[in-house]
Amino acid sequence: MEWFNAVVQGALLGGLYALFAAGLSLIFGVMRLVNIAHGDLIVLAAYLGLSVTLVLGIHPLLALIVVVPAMAVAGYILQRGILNQTLGQDLLPPLLVTFGLSVIIQNALLEIYTADPQKMNAGLLETASVSLGGLSLGVLPLLTFAVAVLVIAGLQWTFYRTALGRAFRAVSDNQDIAQLMGLNRHHIFGLSMALALAVTAIAGILLGIRTSFDPSIGGGRLIFGFEAVIIGGLGNLWGTLAGGVILGVAQTIGAKIDPGWQILSGHLVFLIILAVRPNGLFPRISG
Amino acid sequence: MSHRDYSVTRSSRAARVATVLGAILLVVLIAAPWWAGRADMRLMGELFLYLALASLWNLLAGYAGLVSVGQQAFVGFGGYMLFALTIFAGLPPVVAVLGAGVLGALIAVPVALLIFRLRGAYFAIGTWVVAEVFRLSFAQISALGGGSGSSLPTNIVRSMAASRDGRESLSYWLALGAAVLVITVVYLFLRSRKGLALSAIRDNELAAGSLGIDIWRTKFLVYVITAALTATVGALIFLQKLRISPDAAFSVNDWTAFVIFIVVIGGIGTVEGPIIGTLIFFALRETLADLGTIYLIVLGIVAIMIMLKAPKGVWGLIRARYDLQLFPLGFRVERSNNDKGT
Repeated sequence: MEWFNAVVQGALLGGLYALFAAGLSLIFGVMRLVNIAHGDLIVLAAYLGLSVTLVLGIHPLLALIVVVPAMAVAGYILQRGILNQTLGQDLLPPLLVTFGLSVIIQNALLEIYTADPQKMNAGLLETASVSLGGLSLGVLPLLTFAVAVLVIAGLQWTFYRTALGRAFRAVSDNQDIAQLMGLNRHHIFGLSMALALAVTAIAGILLGIRTSFDPSIGGGRLIFGFEAVIIGGLGNLWGTLAGGVILGVAQTIGAKIDPGWQILSGHLVFLIILAVRPNGLFPRISG
Repeated sequence: MSHRDYSVTRSSRAARVATVLGAILLVVLIAAPWWAGRADMRLMGELFLYLALASLWNLLAGYAGLVSVGQQAFVGFGGYMLFALTIFAGLPPVVAVLGAGVLGALIAVPVALLIFRLRGAYFAIGTWVVAEVFRLSFAQISALGGGSGSSLPTNIVRSMAASRDGRESLSYWLALGAAVLVITVVYLFLRSRKGLALSAIRDNELAAGSLGIDIWRTKFLVYVITAALTATVGALIFLQKLRISPDAAFSVNDWTAFVIFIVVIGGIGTVEGPIIGTLIFFALRETLADLGTIYLIVLGIVAIMIMLKAPKGVWGLIRARYDLQLFPLGFRVERSNNDKGT
């Protein structure tokens, strides 16, 4: 039963990892951009949420109303202002520019909020739990997982059922022809980054309610999201959710064996899957 | 005018002057223990080790197109191997430094087999995962101090040289030697047949493959050589520090972010770039370090600006203006002056 409990808790944790990964997966799908600053943007969203809750005195989940649009606008400006200039055949510029961005965000957060760990206060939500068939499940992890499923369903719907999604798929398939068909790819890329950072904002707030955070943890969040994307297979959003769940379960089981093994066992499962199935479990597009 | 008026040459006047000046500079630097203070020597030692790391990362990313953000894996591995080989195997520190390099090459083989399955940007993050695996694994080894790390025992430190001055000089010469060795290896490698293949791959991978170049093997070779030398430099870094912990050994900021900034600012894909970049980096650091985090923000902004506005870096700007190449790699056609009659 204890082990079953660990598996269930890990699966729910996987929802958070899928949220870390969804934005990463989206922008890679649309413009083949890998954003090294993704983890730091998640942490930035958490700090924004913290500031909003403190200044307005509202519940962290209500802070989403402010943080999600703020991050989306920031994403659009970031893409149009800087990242669009780096896109091309050479993969070095986007990688190095987002790497520089990561260092800037990290140190700016350090300058403003200091290195002290912070946490958002969500009141009852943090401790509430429900009993289900002998298991005690936290309401927050359940909520996180449900949000992850909804976000991924929403992204999937956007991608395959809306005009915006059609534009995303068009520039993803062939930028030049999409441009000829009257799409402004710079605008489309801006919108995809805005959408990705809106998801990042949700991930950041849920992270900030769940655990304490400090400016240095961005790299770790990027890696978890990245592992979920690769385990699930590139370009497959439901696969990313599955990847997040596998990673979460690997971590909780590792922690059960030895607390020092939690993160390490997640990485090891990722490396094993990479060795056995280089394209992930459910690949749609090739890297 | 016939074709005899022209000759193809690798060397140039600038390169010959640079060789002479470089040799003089090297002699002056070797003699540093007799003219420099202790603090200056420590600073120069650190500069040489960063220069070595930057040249290696430049070979990897600028020439082989293997953009790694996980080279701290090998820096930390080398450092830990220095401690393990001296403490458990009783090797003299200098031998252990070389041993760390050999072990770095050995560990790089399975790592490369695994992460070469990832392409482009995903390769970059994959290297970071490997570095994290190394960090978390070494944090589990209690014989090496676990998560809090350990110091090099005094008897091992003393075995390097009897006096403190002697140790500081030795550690300085080792750092200088590492920088010279790395730059020489990179330069000779690029001039060799393999280096030509590498340049071809960098310019156009598809075309290089169609000419019969084994792309995977060439990149694999570069990755393993770089790993071995990075581990050697890592061992030297922690021989200077005399203390190691997982967080310091596998720090992404210290061993990768700074190194990337150095190469980008100096000029990626040139042998000269990392040298200029290291000098600029240390000049900035010594003047702005008091600003703390602001300094790192400035460094990040400078690197982004350079990547966007002058992707070939400072050396690229100089070369575009003066057509210089201090380390002659390319061939050039020159008009010969001495036999005008023919």
